[in-house]
Amino acid sequence: MSQITFENVVKRFGSVVAVDNVTLTIGEGEFVALLGPSGCGKTTTLRLIAGLELADQGRILIGDRDVTYLPPAARDVAMVFQDYALYPHMTILDNIGYPLKVRGVSRAERARRVTEVARELQIANLLERRPSQLSGGQQQRASVARAVVHQAVAFLFDEPLSNLDAQLRLEARAFLKHLQNELGVTTVYVTHDQAEAMALADRIVVMRLGKIMQIGTPLEVYRNPANTFVASFIGSPPMNLLNGTALVGQGQFVMDDETVIDMTEVYRRMSRPPLDGQEITLGIRPEHITIHTEPHPHAIPGQLYVVQPMGGETLVNVRVGSKLVTVRLFQDEPPALPDQVWLKPALDASFVYGADGERLS
Amino acid sequence: MERRAIFSAKVGFLFLAPALAFVAVFLLYPFVRVFLLSFTNQTLLGTTAPNPEWVGFDNYRRLFDFDRWMRLGEFGSALKITTQFVIGSALIGQVGLGLLIAWAFYRKKGVLREAVYTLVILAWIIPETVVAFTWVAFLDRDFGTLNALLDAVGLGRPDWLFKHPLESIILFNSWRGAAFSMLLFSSALETIPPSYIETAEVAGANAWQKFRDIFFPLLRGHILTDLILITLWTFNVFTPFLLTGGGPARRTELVSIYTYRTAFHGQHEFGKGGAIAVVMMLINFALALIYLSLIRRRRVHG
Amino acid sequence: MNRYRIRTTTSRALLLVFAFIMSAFFALPLLWLLTAPFSTQANLAVKIPETPSLANFEAVFRNKFAIRALFQNNLILGGGVMVLVASIATLASYGLSRTRVPGRDVLVYILILFSSVVSGTAAMVPLFLLIFNLGLIDTYLGVILVMTGGLLPSGIFIMRDFVDSIPRSYEEAALVAGASSFRMFRDVAFPLVRPGVMVVAIWAFVNAWGAFLIPSVLLRSPEHMPASIAFYSFYTEAGTPNLTLVSAYAFLYTIPVLLLYLIVNWRFGFRFFGGIKS
Repeated sequence: MSQITFENVVKRFGSVVAVDNVTLTIGEGEFVALLGPSGCGKTTTLRLIAGLELADQGRILIGDRDVTYLPPAARDVAMVFQDYALYPHMTILDNIGYPLKVRGVSRAERARRVTEVARELQIANLLERRPSQLSGGQQQRASVARAVVHQAVAFLFDEPLSNLDAQLRLEARAFLKHLQNELGVTTVYVTHDQAEAMALADRIVVMRLGKIMQIGTPLEVYRNPANTFVASFIGSPPMNLLNGTALVGQGQFVMDDETVIDMTEVYRRMSRPPLDGQEITLGIRPEHITIHTEPHPHAIPGQLYVVQPMGGETLVNVRVGSKLVTVRLFQDEPPALPDQVWLKPALDASFVYGADGERLS
Repeated sequence: MERRAIFSAKVGFLFLAPALAFVAVFLLYPFVRVFLLSFTNQTLLGTTAPNPEWVGFDNYRRLFDFDRWMRLGEFGSALKITTQFVIGSALIGQVGLGLLIAWAFYRKKGVLREAVYTLVILAWIIPETVVAFTWVAFLDRDFGTLNALLDAVGLGRPDWLFKHPLESIILFNSWRGAAFSMLLFSSALETIPPSYIETAEVAGANAWQKFRDIFFPLLRGHILTDLILITLWTFNVFTPFLLTGGGPARRTELVSIYTYRTAFHGQHEFGKGGAIAVVMMLINFALALIYLSLIRRRRVHG
Repeated sequence: MNRYRIRTTTSRALLLVFAFIMSAFFALPLLWLLTAPFSTQANLAVKIPETPSLANFEAVFRNKFAIRALFQNNLILGGGVMVLVASIATLASYGLSRTRVPGRDVLVYILILFSSVVSGTAAMVPLFLLIFNLGLIDTYLGVILVMTGGLLPSGIFIMRDFVDSIPRSYEEAALVAGASSFRMFRDVAFPLVRPGVMVVAIWAFVNAWGAFLIPSVLLRSPEHMPASIAFYSFYTEAGTPNLTLVSAYAFLYTIPVLLLYLIVNWRFGFRFFGGIKS
């Protein structure tokens, strides 16, 4: 396995900058997720590693080798596509063994190695079938098997679980993580599903419009989102982001000219508090808010909107001013709530973001 | 592929009715008449015009008179010429050229592709009589553009239409018909998901391996389909008549031209013309069967 | 310069050379059509005229018979065949696709087989007799009907892919909403296969526009002759073509289909096959 490095890589498609000056290092054996919405550049980044796109600027290194201008065949990486790309005219055995066939490995040796890998992935009994005869989950594993057989220095996954139904996706997720732990291969995994990234990756690279928004372990990006984009993207249900004005002199945060939150403690803790009158965004995770049925010190009033029982927990949406705030209650029985409620945010777990979205500490 | 029916048989029939009517009246009925005609000595003029007689297989015997049938101007010769014409102009010329162009411009965009495609298609849609004139001009020994170019590089001025008539019509027909194959393969190539090709690239395949392992197997059905259609169409094409008139001295007399001469010149022998048409039909049918069985065999193994 | 860059430049250069050769091959025979009509001394050579003139065109326009052939008869022929083939082929292809017909593909191939043989020379005789018995000799209706019959199998073949690629869910939704089969065809399916209908329409028009064999057999009087036959009116009594006039007429004859293709390609892109299924 190898380390993968990006140095100031830029990729343009016409006038669109898909990858905007990205610098990134993926360690040997590390599982890194590229996470973001469509169009953020994560797939392009993956394809740049594979050699399916060529960088306009910058360098890409795999291990010590500068692969920036090498074709895919010369880079020794393996890739699993969203549609699995299993050739309908070949048996599963031939499909999995294709990287070996291309390298001139003998038929007998190919069969041996493919069977070995297929056994590990529990599809050994399917080797003589055609892709159309396999279920979605089996196809997915066959596609992964092909990457394993390749014995490449890195695995690249392009949203490999998107085509599976929800139940299967969870199983496949566990399976992929276990496999990567066993093989220890450097893995780059593209997904738009933040839960998937959180569950699988050693580190997450959150991307938006071609730029990296934050890199960190799952816990890091969850606990310390560097900007409002990461804050809203990671975590489900997403963090509540309230826009308003910081009246630092009065130690207050005012939202919609009516809702006032006492922030004196918060501003005092900050090494660089916002300027008086500055527009800021206050971020509170749904699990850091408590609901009260009567006026409470440091609690803001709101209108009950809807209660959603989720089984192990309950989500409550409350309208505060013009915003809909989500509160997460760890109880399975939904509480009986009146129309008017009071929300108390745990401010020591809150985040303050400037008008540009960046975190103010 | 499972095709569930949406229509009842009755509604389906209504949709099909106009087409069936046309086909029955203007395709099947004439063919049946031709079939019956082939057993008579019907001609346009003379005594056998109003009173044709039943002659059984006489017309067929005259076609397959093996003592003389290979002479220029006879049926055997026409068959031989047509076979050469089909191999050269249909298989190699149209299918080969169409595949080559579609392959070369696969996943490429831009002015180059548009220019080539447009020219190829123009060659196909410009009226027959017009292209015949332009090709007569193109191939002319003294004034033609082709010879002007060949002379400029020192290859002399061959007399295409008189010394190399078969090559001329093969070249002409390939030029004329390549567009259909090109369009068919171009569409077929587009149905291959890019991930298939990219997977092969990442797995390490070079261009030849990609073609052999991915493109060719996935395109085989389309290639066969194209071959059937182009072969049938080329077998029956008449346009080369405008270039060479079947000559010189019957050296480019394709079966279609031979039929024309038999039925509309000389004795105007409709009966014999009919026999030729029936034989042609049987040959076409046999070719189609061969192709279809190749497709079916692929499906069983593939 | 690294190896990969060299390889991509080489392959790009090769493509350029290939494109040049192909363009030359397909364009060269047509050059005559661009030069000869504008030269009063036109011969078979391709030569840019020293004094380009439109005199040839003037002379052509004085030939009333040929002009009527081109601008009236051909339009009738092309338009009539186009409308009939496009509509009937679409209906038939749709019906074939939505009804359980065993061996549908084989059926279409057999029909194409018939049509290519019957469009050949031998069936001219029975076709002539048929049209004669219907009293349609020397009428455009006769020619249109015969040509339609000949073009239908291939038209159905072309429509097949377009029709097959309509998502079922659209039609099923319409049926559930209460539409009759014909209603559904008109409101849902037809708009979706419009690109295919256009392809068939243009292809049928182009075929009819250029036709000469069938019209030559089925038409008698000079006023009814289409352009392909009207060429003979530019021949001398000795039977040789008058190249200045022939080239100009050929030019005029070609322009409409050329324009048609360019316009359709520019507006819609000329897609000859919709979602091909293997």
